[in-house]
Amino acid sequence: MSTVLTGGSIAGPNGVEIADVLITGNSIVAVGTDLPIPEAARRIDASGLIIVPGLVDINASLREPGNEEAETIETGARGAALGGYTAVVAMPNTSPTIDSTSVVRDVLALAEGASCEVLPAAAMTVGRNGELLTPMGELASIGVRIFTDAGRGVQDPAMMRSIMEYATGLEAVTNGVPIVLAQHCEVDALSQHGHMHEGEWSTRLGMAGQPVIAETLMMQRDIALAELTGARIHFQHVSTAAGVEIIRRAKRDGLAISAEVAPHHFALIDEACKGYDPVFKVNPPLRTPDDVAAIKDGLSDGTIDCIATDHSPHEPHTKEFPFDHAPAGMLGFETALSVAMGELDLPLMRLVELMSIRPAEIAGISDRHGQLVAAGNRANLAVIDPEATWVADGAAMASRSQNSPFTGREMKARVMYTIVEGEITVDKGEATK
Amino acid sequence: MKDLLTIADLGKDGIDEIMVTADAMAEVSARPIPKVPALRGKTVASMFFEDSTRTRTSFETAAKRLSADVLNFSASSSSVNKGESLRDTVETIEAMGVDAIIVRHRSSGAPRQVAQWAKASVLNAGDGWHAHPTQALLDAYTIRDEGRDFDGLNVAIVGDISHSRVARSNIEAFSTLGANVTLVAPPTLLPPHVEALEASVSHSLDAVLPETDVLYLLRMQHERMDQALVPSLHEYHRSFGLTPDRAKQLPASALIMHPGPMNRGIEISPEVIDDSRVRVLNQVANGVTVRMAVLYLVVGSNSGGGAL
Repeated sequence: MSTVLTGGSIAGPNGVEIADVLITGNSIVAVGTDLPIPEAARRIDASGLIIVPGLVDINASLREPGNEEAETIETGARGAALGGYTAVVAMPNTSPTIDSTSVVRDVLALAEGASCEVLPAAAMTVGRNGELLTPMGELASIGVRIFTDAGRGVQDPAMMRSIMEYATGLEAVTNGVPIVLAQHCEVDALSQHGHMHEGEWSTRLGMAGQPVIAETLMMQRDIALAELTGARIHFQHVSTAAGVEIIRRAKRDGLAISAEVAPHHFALIDEACKGYDPVFKVNPPLRTPDDVAAIKDGLSDGTIDCIATDHSPHEPHTKEFPFDHAPAGMLGFETALSVAMGELDLPLMRLVELMSIRPAEIAGISDRHGQLVAAGNRANLAVIDPEATWVADGAAMASRSQNSPFTGREMKARVMYTIVEGEITVDKGEATK
Repeated sequence: MKDLLTIADLGKDGIDEIMVTADAMAEVSARPIPKVPALRGKTVASMFFEDSTRTRTSFETAAKRLSADVLNFSASSSSVNKGESLRDTVETIEAMGVDAIIVRHRSSGAPRQVAQWAKASVLNAGDGWHAHPTQALLDAYTIRDEGRDFDGLNVAIVGDISHSRVARSNIEAFSTLGANVTLVAPPTLLPPHVEALEASVSHSLDAVLPETDVLYLLRMQHERMDQALVPSLHEYHRSFGLTPDRAKQLPASALIMHPGPMNRGIEISPEVIDDSRVRVLNQVANGVTVRMAVLYLVVGSNSGGGAL
């Protein structure tokens, strides 16, 4: 079965060129003009559209197993595909926790036939409780590359040191590919009573705040431990200007670390909480305009490696609790690309690095994702209409939940086609499966 | 005015209107039979998700003097603790047919959420650390009742500002009316970004006292000790309590106020409680008067209130 995308603008390192893309099976077989098109090929007119490597999200909660009322792997993957994603790393904050090979296999089985590839990350500690190591060697041997306690930072520095040291010994299992330890940086003792950014707005609103230092203190600790152990650490959803600066300094010092930011952290600020609508509650919390500016600088200058959605569905009724009782988290898949294109003044290729190439490298899936649109590469692609405008609506999204903070907001650019391993999973903006 | 959620929603004109209306309510309260049919046929629900006998009693007394029917809902006897969302609870109460809902809640912002879902008027009877507008209104009324001019009035609010809805609403009310507000507390009892509030800050009560026209003492919660915010109640009293010596430093014309209930020997020494400058019971009496005014303006205006 072949597909040909005609007349699209193809993003590459040397700029944008207009060409046809011929896909056969799961591969791109040719890129150019006047290609020999097989008679039976499906022809898609891509003129006016941009063709990019399929997006890769290394931080998403799909809620299955355990909280299928909020999301399932099927609905999550569908939403991801609608957002242009061809691969998603599923966080282990499920019930049961993804902390054993049997749960990893369950998730992989549930993900078969989904609208995009789903790769489970596994917990670093059993039950994400910070007390016992998960069988990281066994998990790595069946392909897990990212370990994280998702939504919780490992509080005990001795435990974190142990995790790091153990992980450095696993390269024998992974043929030299480093295990990535992804940390949710939050010192609970400094932030656990807080529900939003500790700042002028939390003071006005009478809300307990999560201080910047709850994030940065753990980042500094982990950098020191990574220097000690040589482990490969990754910082999830960095939300503060001080956090961006810590990464910048560590990279300047030559430490092999990586970091992601979430779209809501460069598109929204803490003031959004002034109406007490829990749809704006997220962890780490929305911060200040200064933090937003620093994150944008970090995305531009390479300090930040990638954009990850931190997609976190919650059942609608849970967002009707009082702000301090409501769960933290926001939908992200279907708005991430539009928010990034609307908010960030970056060259297209830099966006592709941030949303596809680099996250694929971190997830250890560069053999099939985050590959340039070129002959011989895998057919994992997103096709974007850069001129489209639409209004975000959480209730209309593929997710079982509705908690999009962008509901009602005009969005720029829309994913028209998503192609996963040669198969069209989004067709003219509609999910096919 | 559909709801009363914060002082900021009212502005100066809104506060003034309530003050003037409260004068009329004070006259009603002074009658041999202190009851008027203004809200006859109206139903007012008091939804207290957090216990507060004083505020609830004050609101209910106010509603009854205006002939409204009062419906009681308390969290302990409800399904709130069984995972029912706030919205479900509100819709259940509203389905019973109410004209106004008086909400007290531990969570900051809960009354604003309720107001978004309810067709009935919502009156905030205190939410978390956020706001307690009727307390601020009754405090302002008490000061006004003493013939004091707010313009340039020096008000010192002493104690746990960080966790106080009373402080936040009083800062808004007093500063809106033209007073200079000074917050007096150790740094650990001030909110982290206190510059967001319309007030200046001092860590020394002794330094502030001689220039103070109204000394407003906040209730000190025992749990602040456990959170290591102050070393001991004893030390708090020595530094921030109104002792007899400090009372001498306070001008003779000053007023001493407290939202109640007072911790004797902590915010205020027992010897000072009977000082002629203390206005705590006036505050309580004015609480009923001011809440009558608020109910009359909110519930009455929404559906054509009857005569006083």
